[in-house]
Amino acid sequence: MRCNCYIPSGCAISGMMSESGERMDGNAIIKSIALMHDRSNGLGGGFAAYGIYPRRANQYAFHMMFDNMEAKEKCEEYFNGTFDVVLDEEMPTRPGAVFEEETSGRYPEYGTQPITKPPVLWRYFIDVPENKTKFVSEREYVVEKVMDINSNVDGAFVASSGKNMGAFKGVGYPEDIGVFYKLDEYKAYIWTSHGRFPTNTPGWWGGAHPFCLLDWSIVHNGEISSYGINKRYLEPFGYKLELRTDTEVVAYLFDLLVRRHKLPIELAVKALAAPFWKDIDKMPENERKIVTAIRQVYGGGLLNGPFSIILGHSRGMVGFNDRIKLRPMTCARKDDMLYMASEESAIREIAPDLDEVWSPRAGTAIVGELNEEVET
Amino acid sequence: MSSQIPPEFTVEIDYDKCRRCRRCVMNCSFGCMQFKDKVVPDHKKCVACHRCVTFCPEGVITIKKNELAYKESANWTPEMRQNILKQAETGGILLSGMGNPRPQQILWDHMLIDACQVTNPSIDPLREPMELRTYLGRKPNHLEFTRGDNGDIKLETTLQPQVKLDIPIVFAAMSYGALSLNAHKALAMAAKKSGTLMNTGEGGLHTDLYPYASNITVQVASGRFGVHSEYLNTSATVEIKIGQGAKPGIGGHLPGEKVGDEISKTRMIPAGTDALSPAPHHDIYSIEDLSQLIYAIKEATDYTKPVGVKISAVHNVAAIASGIVRAGADIVTIDGFRGGTGAAPMVIRDNVGIPIELALAAVDQRLRDEGIRNNASILCAGSIRNSGDVAKAIALGADAVVIGTGALIALGCRVCQKCYTGNCAWGIATQKPELVRRLDPQLGAERLSNLLTGWGYELQEILGSLGVNSIESLRGSRERLRGIDLDEQTLDLLGIKPAGIGQ
Repeated sequence: MRCNCYIPSGCAISGMMSESGERMDGNAIIKSIALMHDRSNGLGGGFAAYGIYPRRANQYAFHMMFDNMEAKEKCEEYFNGTFDVVLDEEMPTRPGAVFEEETSGRYPEYGTQPITKPPVLWRYFIDVPENKTKFVSEREYVVEKVMDINSNVDGAFVASSGKNMGAFKGVGYPEDIGVFYKLDEYKAYIWTSHGRFPTNTPGWWGGAHPFCLLDWSIVHNGEISSYGINKRYLEPFGYKLELRTDTEVVAYLFDLLVRRHKLPIELAVKALAAPFWKDIDKMPENERKIVTAIRQVYGGGLLNGPFSIILGHSRGMVGFNDRIKLRPMTCARKDDMLYMASEESAIREIAPDLDEVWSPRAGTAIVGELNEEVET
Repeated sequence: MSSQIPPEFTVEIDYDKCRRCRRCVMNCSFGCMQFKDKVVPDHKKCVACHRCVTFCPEGVITIKKNELAYKESANWTPEMRQNILKQAETGGILLSGMGNPRPQQILWDHMLIDACQVTNPSIDPLREPMELRTYLGRKPNHLEFTRGDNGDIKLETTLQPQVKLDIPIVFAAMSYGALSLNAHKALAMAAKKSGTLMNTGEGGLHTDLYPYASNITVQVASGRFGVHSEYLNTSATVEIKIGQGAKPGIGGHLPGEKVGDEISKTRMIPAGTDALSPAPHHDIYSIEDLSQLIYAIKEATDYTKPVGVKISAVHNVAAIASGIVRAGADIVTIDGFRGGTGAAPMVIRDNVGIPIELALAAVDQRLRDEGIRNNASILCAGSIRNSGDVAKAIALGADAVVIGTGALIALGCRVCQKCYTGNCAWGIATQKPELVRRLDPQLGAERLSNLLTGWGYELQEILGSLGVNSIESLRGSRERLRGIDLDEQTLDLLGIKPAGIGQ
């Protein structure tokens, strides 16, 4: 089932976050991405949601996709002895369902492509046995195992592996995927979403966005023209790039820079969408020193090519564009809400009355953070 | 006994049009042209340096390959027979200058570069910034920051010294002695003008070049000519030369006749004595010895400059490079089997070493596999002929490339391969004052800078077509290369896919 061809893609992205940590159901995000129906072509859609499993917030929630029951059995064998599975259950879905809401968009093909033929979708709530983390940190251990499953357990794919979050994705239009996964029944303080326009047939559910590792999720509109070197840069750090799509490098780069190298997120963005030397040379001394060092050391992580990206993590959401803004992104605020989307209309659709709307400059990160007092 | 070797070239003069101005006679530094009642060429002495052809005001001189000199044989080529005849007459080692001229496969020409269409747009370098800036030097694998009470972020990691290049192309190590002082001056001036580096080679640094220190790599080779504290510190980087692509494992020999007053002073050897560079450094017989020299130089320069090591591309180059990086080198220069030289035994030049393309690919991959790629910059040398080669070398993993022969051609060199004779008609590889002054350093610098400027624009065009706007997005991005007419194993070694395969 896994497609063996590389798929460049155009797309739609939308994200929303309550900085005060208020949890909202998935109807709004579905409506927002549905408005940008034309930016997708029915070959992939997905969502990431944070805060959806408050009662199991201490366990890693593995959203799994299996080609068949044998793959599931094989993977469960793998889990045995690797993790303590506290609970496992089939993902709640509405097979054959379609999006039926009204939107401001007029798309005659709304609801004509119900979601069918899903892989086996299962979720596992997992603890890491204490004796496994003598020599590596718990999160390092989880990363290692996720990489291992994706490359070595045939027919099994980890769609997401963070705590109190999850990815819901598949082949189809994003709004139909949202209905299929019953996102109206989940509540999250961050929602991101993606509608895909690959220029090749994917046929593989794992290939849809978001791409997730631990609590990182990435939705991405664009193509990483520097994929070749980003991949080679990441490999020596133990990342296995098996998904044959450029987006996964973004997730792994954030994992490397922020989790492992402990860079502040705004500096990680400076590495991935670096300022130009002509601007760096004019910066005040301390800043110039910092950004120069970042470019010297993290050149292999520089993302080049057209993109707009929304990164989600447990405590926030970060949006940024490529260095010369070759893909669109608009941001908006209303009270404690931060919105980001490929088009302003996708924000207005769910929040017509906004305090502030702006298009961020190329390479500038827009950072949404949970207020300090909010616990996750 | 006079030589039995037939001339390699014949010089034809259209006497009807020749005005007998004797300019060709004055210009020929190989004694080929004599004037009796008209210009009479001694064909045997012609090396096809094209000096007379270029300067004949009437354009009446033609140099031709002496086609009928030998009866044809695909096996016993004219070159083979000529070499045997030479050795039969002299009993010596055949010498030659410049790089290996043989027709082995040139892998650069079997690699093609990608371009963007639709899904990722190409970028117009005339409208958007297109960055070629490159820093040479050891980089850490990660940076550490702290946040102050006022929220300001501070960089805690102290980086090792980094040298900025405005264009990822530096000039190759070519010594004062092999080259004329004017050639050295032209290289230094051009390096400054273009924001890159020239390399002294092993012959020391003439005091006239001291003002160009920030654009100079000073070399420490086995002869240690002209190496002193001030020399080491009058530089942007220091390079330890272990090997040279044209003559891996072989030392050097500058004949005493070239060692005049200035070279004598610069090299710190008596005038008129031969300058012999031993094959190995006599204080380096192991990797730990090399490490000691690296750190001795770092001490001598107070850890203010990157210290590099240059090796020739040999079979085990990847492991050797890895050892060198672990021994403390901040830059590794790899010189391929086509690299140039002022003088080398022909048998070594033409038969020893491996192609730079394979060596570079192996070294870059090995350093990545070992997680130490960031710890050193890689310079790729050994016949980089155009900006396409530059782009391919960088895509294979080089931080920057090194040009020697290319630079000399820009200065006027016609690749006649007679550098070792000291008769260079273009004032480049000679110490004869009347020849040296043929090369105007200012004009030479301008020509060199023009070349770099042109290649720089071309690199920007290539980056733009690849849809990236910074050289680091090409560096090591082998995904953007495809091979044609290469066997599977070569593709594998280069780490590239065959043309026709998508991503």
